[in-house]
Amino acid sequence: MYTFSSKLKIFSIALMIIGALGIVYGIMSAPKTTEDIKEMMHDSHATADEHGTTHEVAQADASDHATAGEHADEEAHLEHALTFAKNRPWSAIYVPMIFFLLLSVCALVFYATQRAAQSGWSPVLFRVMEGVSSYITIGSLIVLAFLIYSSIGHGNHLFAWMYTSTDPTAANYDFAMVTKGWWLNIPGWLIRSVIYVLIWIGFRYFIVKNSRAEDSASDLSSYKRNFTLSVVFLVVFLVSELFMAFDWLMSIDHHWFSQLYPFYVFASMFVSAITTIAFVTIYLRSRGYLPFVNDSHLHDLAKFMFGFSIFWTYFWFAQFMLQWYANIPEETTYFYPRLVGTYQPLFIGMLIMNFVFPILILMNSDFKRVPWFVVLAGLIILAGHYIDVYLMITPGTVGSNWHFGIPEIGSLLFFLGLFIFVVFTSLTKAPLLAKGNPFLKESEIFHY
Amino acid sequence: MSTKVIQALYDDDDVLLKAVKEVRAAHHHIEEVYTPFPVHGLDKAMGLAGTRMAITAFLYGITGLSFAVWFLNYIMISDWPQNIGGKPSFTFYHNMPAFIPVMFEMTVFFAAHLMVITFYMRSKIWPFRKAENPDPRTTDDKFLMEVAVDGNENELSDLLKRTGAIEIKVNEKH
Repeated sequence: MYTFSSKLKIFSIALMIIGALGIVYGIMSAPKTTEDIKEMMHDSHATADEHGTTHEVAQADASDHATAGEHADEEAHLEHALTFAKNRPWSAIYVPMIFFLLLSVCALVFYATQRAAQSGWSPVLFRVMEGVSSYITIGSLIVLAFLIYSSIGHGNHLFAWMYTSTDPTAANYDFAMVTKGWWLNIPGWLIRSVIYVLIWIGFRYFIVKNSRAEDSASDLSSYKRNFTLSVVFLVVFLVSELFMAFDWLMSIDHHWFSQLYPFYVFASMFVSAITTIAFVTIYLRSRGYLPFVNDSHLHDLAKFMFGFSIFWTYFWFAQFMLQWYANIPEETTYFYPRLVGTYQPLFIGMLIMNFVFPILILMNSDFKRVPWFVVLAGLIILAGHYIDVYLMITPGTVGSNWHFGIPEIGSLLFFLGLFIFVVFTSLTKAPLLAKGNPFLKESEIFHY
Repeated sequence: MSTKVIQALYDDDDVLLKAVKEVRAAHHHIEEVYTPFPVHGLDKAMGLAGTRMAITAFLYGITGLSFAVWFLNYIMISDWPQNIGGKPSFTFYHNMPAFIPVMFEMTVFFAAHLMVITFYMRSKIWPFRKAENPDPRTTDDKFLMEVAVDGNENELSDLLKRTGAIEIKVNEKH
């Protein structure tokens, strides 16, 4: 049995406290009125000209001002900048919230793929995978609370489509909502969100329950039940993830659309999940808790990290290239602020971190067996995919004046602390060796 | 000059693998093993040096990528800039997203084909080459181990029999 070391516990709680302070500071220091915005603009060295042009870019994403004519109006312009500035702390919280939730859901997906494939190499890692997926429950409750606050509570303007009208004479008329309104409306959106979350929590609950039962089972019935559950989960998950990506992430830029987007989000989170599983495995093994895990298991995890980094690149590029080549205005609104706007350094940097580094670092077969090397590659991958999620959300909510400051770092630290706390607490709940698995022997003697 | 070899036939890959280990433990030199399919772990058991194919694959891939970059830059940018769909055609950098599929394919093409050619050359397989295979059954379901003989025929055949060989014969090797 694993015991949560007090050092790690204190570390995770410290992260949460520091993070919470950062979040509170971010919310408190957000500008309240257009006067504050004016002051901010004077303080910053940016000229009025610069603001004019960057604003045009951002305008495409948040559509509460539909016509270009309004932008001549100084006050409207300030209002707009104020919305973006007010959004910043909320957007900063939303990024790690989504990142860690989807990461743990994808850890469960990886676990389900191992179950469904009846894989022989991985049963020694099953408890680690269950542990990483334990964040699903609390993580999705937090996200749900946040979504309710954003929609019914009107706490922020992250989802601009909530503040549009389909009435052509209204000031906030949005042509896109005339056709998209049947899907993008607050009640439907919230009900769907609850359904996604229930699916994930429910499947995790039953899969983990069967896995625990397997430890003391005298026959294979719980193993077979988990096989069926995992197969069903993979199908149901893919559908839920598809619509989740549309609802929670793509609706931030609700004028834009891409059918490949959910798979690209999935690829990003899947590689992060595998990396996290590798991290927890390396950590536990270095503390002596996983004597049955050998270098070949690590090698296989690193192979998955390598493979899915390329899988992500493939999806990313397939989505990007078609829209770049077609160059249709309603599609390029998404890529404009990212590729040529103020997000360019992050966008290019993320590509290098998520593709070039993994392919070069993890290509050599011997390097995949060296723990510190896998950790190094994993840190780059996780940071790269965190930036990826940041880039999915922030350009549409904060506009072109982004900073990665105290609110962003605070939110990241808070959710990182919470994630570590939840995951390692759940690892103490069951023996780290899933000893009822029929493939356990094969897994223990597994060698490459 | 001809040398004598002893050829032992096996009908199971696990038995073969165990036999290879035992023969090597008894300090006999295994010249070659003929199998109908790749046997996992056989190269390590025989003490063969690790393959360097992976390194050549990497180098061939780099070659293909470099060739694609030069090739696309020459035909699409410098020699005859083409306006396709209004895409920028004056610099390689601006047009690169459109070139990536070609660069990828060239990398794979070079790596794959040159690796096959390298493998054939390294294994000395080329058109019209006569098969060296001492027993046609090793292309079906039997495994054959060839051990060098140095006046110790009887001792060797006893050892091989003990390891589970189903058939043993001594042959001249040219």
